[in-house]
Amino acid sequence: MRLLALALHRLAWFVPTLLGLLLVTFVISRVIPADPVALVAGETATPAQVEALRRQLGFDRPLPVQFADYVARLARGDMGTSIFTRRPIAEDLAHRLPATIELTLAAMVVSVLVGIPLGVLSALWRNSLLDHALRVATVSGLAIASFWLGIMLQLLFAMRLGWTPLNGRLQGFPPRSITGFYLLDAVLTGDWPTFGGALLHLALPAATLAFPALATLVRFTRAGVLDVMQSNFVLYERAMGLPRFVIVWKYILRSALTSTVTQVGLLFGILLAGAVVTEAVFDWPGIGTYAVNSILRSDYNAVMGFTVWAGAIFIVVNLLVDVTHTLVDPRERVS
Amino acid sequence: MSSSKGASTAVWFVLTRLTRDRSALLGFALIVALLLAALLAPVLSTHPDDVFELHPSERLRAPSRAHWLGTDRMGADVYSRLLFGARITILIGVIAVGASLIVGVPVGLVAGYYHGWVSDLLMRVSDVFLAVPQVVLAIAIAQTLGPSLPNVILALSATYWPWFARVAYAETRSIQKEVFVESTAALGASPWRLTALHVLPNIASPIIVRASIGMGFTILTAAALGFLGLGPPPPTPEWGRTIAESREFLPDAWWYATAPGLAIFLTVMGFNLLGDGLRDVLDPRLRRTHTARDE
Repeated sequence: MRLLALALHRLAWFVPTLLGLLLVTFVISRVIPADPVALVAGETATPAQVEALRRQLGFDRPLPVQFADYVARLARGDMGTSIFTRRPIAEDLAHRLPATIELTLAAMVVSVLVGIPLGVLSALWRNSLLDHALRVATVSGLAIASFWLGIMLQLLFAMRLGWTPLNGRLQGFPPRSITGFYLLDAVLTGDWPTFGGALLHLALPAATLAFPALATLVRFTRAGVLDVMQSNFVLYERAMGLPRFVIVWKYILRSALTSTVTQVGLLFGILLAGAVVTEAVFDWPGIGTYAVNSILRSDYNAVMGFTVWAGAIFIVVNLLVDVTHTLVDPRERVS
Repeated sequence: MSSSKGASTAVWFVLTRLTRDRSALLGFALIVALLLAALLAPVLSTHPDDVFELHPSERLRAPSRAHWLGTDRMGADVYSRLLFGARITILIGVIAVGASLIVGVPVGLVAGYYHGWVSDLLMRVSDVFLAVPQVVLAIAIAQTLGPSLPNVILALSATYWPWFARVAYAETRSIQKEVFVESTAALGASPWRLTALHVLPNIASPIIVRASIGMGFTILTAAALGFLGLGPPPPTPEWGRTIAESREFLPDAWWYATAPGLAIFLTVMGFNLLGDGLRDVLDPRLRRTHTARDE
C-alpha cells in the first residue's frame, strides 16, 4: 500500500510538469515571436492568407484563452498540419516514432553490454593499461560532438571500407509491419536477409549514439565497484580468506550493480536527446530527422510539435524510471 | 573571512593542487591554447582575409604548405577560419554560461533561503526545464527567433540556467542548518547580507565546477545547433556549421570535415578535464572516481 501511495505521489507530479512544458512551448511559440501566425503560415504566405489563418487559428483572442485552447487541442492529439507534408503533425510523428525507439534501444543495449563489463574490469584492474586506456576513452566520449563522430564513422566504414551502408534504415522493402521495429518484424516474419540488412544499417548510428552513454556507464560502474571494494564488508571477506573470484562475483558485483541498473533508466532519456542529431547525420527516418527537415523548410508547427512530443516522451520516461526506482530500491521507500 | 588575503590564499591553494593533477593541467593547457588562438587569430592565421573572401580557383585543396589544413568549398583556408571560429565558440560559451549563472544562482539562493510557495514555484519552473533535454528546447527557441549569433546565445542561456539554480538551491538548503549561518542570522544580519556575504562564498565551489563542465556542454550544444542550421549564418566560421557544409564533399575532402570536429573535441575536453580537476580539489565529497588508493 505504501508503495502504491509513493508511486501515485510520483504520478501526481507528472501532470504539473507536463503542463509546465506546454506553458514553456506556448510562450516560445506564441508570446516570443513578433507575429506567430506569420511563422506558422510559412515564408510564402500572402498577408491576406496570414490574416485568414490568424482568425482560423484563434490567434486574435486573449493569451489565456489561447493557452486553454492550446492545451485542449494537444490533449486531443491535434498539433496542427505540417505545411510541407500537408498531413497532421501528430500522425507524422507517430509514424516515425518506432524508428527512433528502435535506434535508441539498440544504442542502449550496446552501451549496457559493453559499458558495464568494461567498467567492472577497469575497477578490478585499477591502474592497468586497460584502465588508463578506458579513462582516455571515457573522457573522449563526453567531449566528442556526436554528429562529428557519426560523420567520421561514415567516412571510414561506409565510404572508405564499404563495410556498412552510408545512411537510411533499410534498402528495399521493409518487412511486413507488425510492431514497426524492423529488426523485430523481420524476426517475426522469419525474413532473415532483411534482418541482416536492417542490422547493418543500424550499426553506425547505434554506435554513434551509444558512445557518450557508454562512457558515462563505464565511469559510473567503475566508481561504484571501487566504492564497494573499499567497503568494510569486502575487507572482512578478504580477511576471512575467501577466494578473490567469490568476493567479486558474489558480493562486489551484486552490490555495485544494483545502483548501476537504476542509472541505465536515466540513460534512455539522454539517448533520446542524442538521437535527434544522430538521426540527422544518418538520415534515419525517425522524429529527429523530421525535426531537422522541418527546421530546414521553416515548417514552424512541425518543429513545435516535435518539441512537445520529445518533451512529453522524456517526462514519461523519467516518471517510469522514478517509479521503478522506488519499487526496486528499498532505501527509497524509507525517505 | 572575506578579506582579500584569505581569498588569494584560497586561490593559491587551488592552483597548487591543480598543478599536481596531470589531466587538469592538460585541460588548462587546452583552454589557454583556445584563448590564444582566439585572441591572436589575425596574427596566427596564414590567410586572415579568408573569412569573407572567395577564391574559387583554390577550392577544396588538400593540406599543403600553403594551406596547413586544406581549403573549403569557397577556397578559403580551413586553418585560418578555425582560428576565427574559436572567437565565436568562446563568445557563445562565456556569455551563455555567464548569463545562466547570473539568472540561475540568485534563483537558487532565494528558493533555497526562503521556505514557501515562491521557493516551490521557482524550483518547479526549473524542474520543467531540467525534465526536457536542453537541445530540444534550444532548437525550439532558436527556430522561433531565427538563426543568428545572439539568438543562439539566448537559446542556450534560457535552457541552461536551471542547472545553476538546482545546484545553488541544494547547496543553500544543505548549509542553512550550519551554526555559522544560524548565528549570523541571530546577530541580526539581513537576509540579503546573509546570503550574499555568508552563504554564497560557501556554496561557490560546486557552482564553479558546474560552470567549467557547463562551458564544455554549452559549446557542444552550440555546435549541434550550428550543425542543424540554427547557428549564426554564413560566412561566419562557426565550427558546427562548417562540419555541416563539408558533408557533401566527403570522402574526398576529408580534412574539411575532420579539422573543425577536432577543434570542438579538444575545446570541450579542456573544459571537462579542468572541471573534473576542480571538483577533486574543491569538493572532496564528490571525489568518487579518484579514491585515495588511486594515486
